[in-house]
Amino acid sequence: MNDSGAPTLPGYFTCLRGVLWRESLRFFQQRERFAAALVRPLIWLLIFGAGFRSVLGVSIIPPYDTYMTYETYIVPGLAAMVQLFNGMQSSLSMVYDREMGSMRLLLTSPFPRWYLLLGKLCAGTFVSLLQVYAFLVIADLVLVDLPLMGYLVAAPVLVATGLMLGALGMLLSSTIRQLENFAGIMNFVIFPMFFLSSALYPLWKMKESSDLIHTICVLNPFTYVVESIRFALYMQPNILANTVVLVALLLFFALAVLGYDPKRGMLHRRVAG
Amino acid sequence: MGISIENVSYAYGKIAALEDVSLAIDPGRFTALLGPNGAGKSTLVALLTGLFVPDAGRIAILNHDLASQPREVLARMGIVFQGQTLDLDLSVDQNMRYFAALHGMSNRAVGERVDTCLARMGLSERRGERVRTLNSGHRRRLEIARALLHRPRVLLLDEPTVGLDVPSRSAIVEHVHEICRDEAITVLWATHLVDEVWPQDQVAVLHRGRIEGFGSVAEILSRTGTTDVLEAFKQLTDTNGALADTQP
Repeated sequence: MNDSGAPTLPGYFTCLRGVLWRESLRFFQQRERFAAALVRPLIWLLIFGAGFRSVLGVSIIPPYDTYMTYETYIVPGLAAMVQLFNGMQSSLSMVYDREMGSMRLLLTSPFPRWYLLLGKLCAGTFVSLLQVYAFLVIADLVLVDLPLMGYLVAAPVLVATGLMLGALGMLLSSTIRQLENFAGIMNFVIFPMFFLSSALYPLWKMKESSDLIHTICVLNPFTYVVESIRFALYMQPNILANTVVLVALLLFFALAVLGYDPKRGMLHRRVAG
Repeated sequence: MGISIENVSYAYGKIAALEDVSLAIDPGRFTALLGPNGAGKSTLVALLTGLFVPDAGRIAILNHDLASQPREVLARMGIVFQGQTLDLDLSVDQNMRYFAALHGMSNRAVGERVDTCLARMGLSERRGERVRTLNSGHRRRLEIARALLHRPRVLLLDEPTVGLDVPSRSAIVEHVHEICRDEAITVLWATHLVDEVWPQDQVAVLHRGRIEGFGSVAEILSRTGTTDVLEAFKQLTDTNGALADTQP
């Protein structure tokens, strides 16, 4: 802080570092959360993938330049699922923090509210990157072959997709009044977003089944998260998917900041006693 | 002026929580915001900390307008909320350091200051312990130590002794009076317990969202023609229902 009490530039870094440090401490204390984040996609990959391999044929579609196994096709979607669940987990922890009071501590820091929320978002994304890379390495060792350079090229994309899904979670957390309501998020956000996307089946396959479902998949931003990761892992550009991810990130984050604005958001009018 | 509240109103939907509240709290003094449960104390604290925004009126802390200079205000303010805001799975030291980071305090400056604040509240020995292992009295003391870490000039405490036994309550009340005296910090202490008010304090009586009396203890007693704060409170709030809440 300077003499006027306003935050200084080094203070901004200290604050961000503090938020990242606290989230990392919590993450490493909750080892079961890390295990669950890995087990979930691996079950899909090993069991669901094995079962559907013979039923579903996947033709050559970009970014793949040859026929691939069904497991290979679903790996990017499962990586996106890891980030989707992590985003919702962060949302859950924000609702918990709000009920437990630690959100008050954060929101009464002298730094701008958008900056504090951005700090939370970056911390959640950092955790999601650890989870995704752990999943990709295991998948690579066990079942599928991913290009080594793909890991590197995918990093900035995974940051963007992690931020976008984290911002979505943050937006949802600003609208949830009680922890108990969080189960609805599972039913009405996570499952529809995941199943109505290109994570498990290519869009052309959806179109064969139903035009309506295909249209919903095309409109679902999660489809673009999956495709961004898929193309990045195979070192190919996908401008449309990347653009949708970035636009959705900005939109969700702006709405989340509004949601946590005491003048406009849901925090306003919550009974304090 | 320490804390200036001018004609502040706030409602939850159609239910008015605060109506035309005005207070001018002197700097460097201990002021008790006395009111029964549901009087609007926590709402007023939420407004003073910027968590809520008033429907009408203006708040200034140390001559900084809260609406236009929230960062300058929050940098000078220490807060102890009614509900606990500690991270139970982090240690005492980690909770202090997290708070320091939220106020932009560099690591170099923090270590010594943490020592001082913990020592003052008798928590030096607990520094490495997880907060979950502390009893409720120690947790409250830790919250006060943490609220003082960034050397605030104003300290807001919302029912800081709720749920504590009598010795812990007395110790905390005494500690905060000492801090107020030694460091000339402006203290606003929201409570429903009249025995937490000391003779030299200022008192603001809040009842059903309105200020029913404000002044030094002597002024309040003289105005109501009573001999103790409990009697004065009974008269100002004109309710027997609240009485059960005003005693420990």
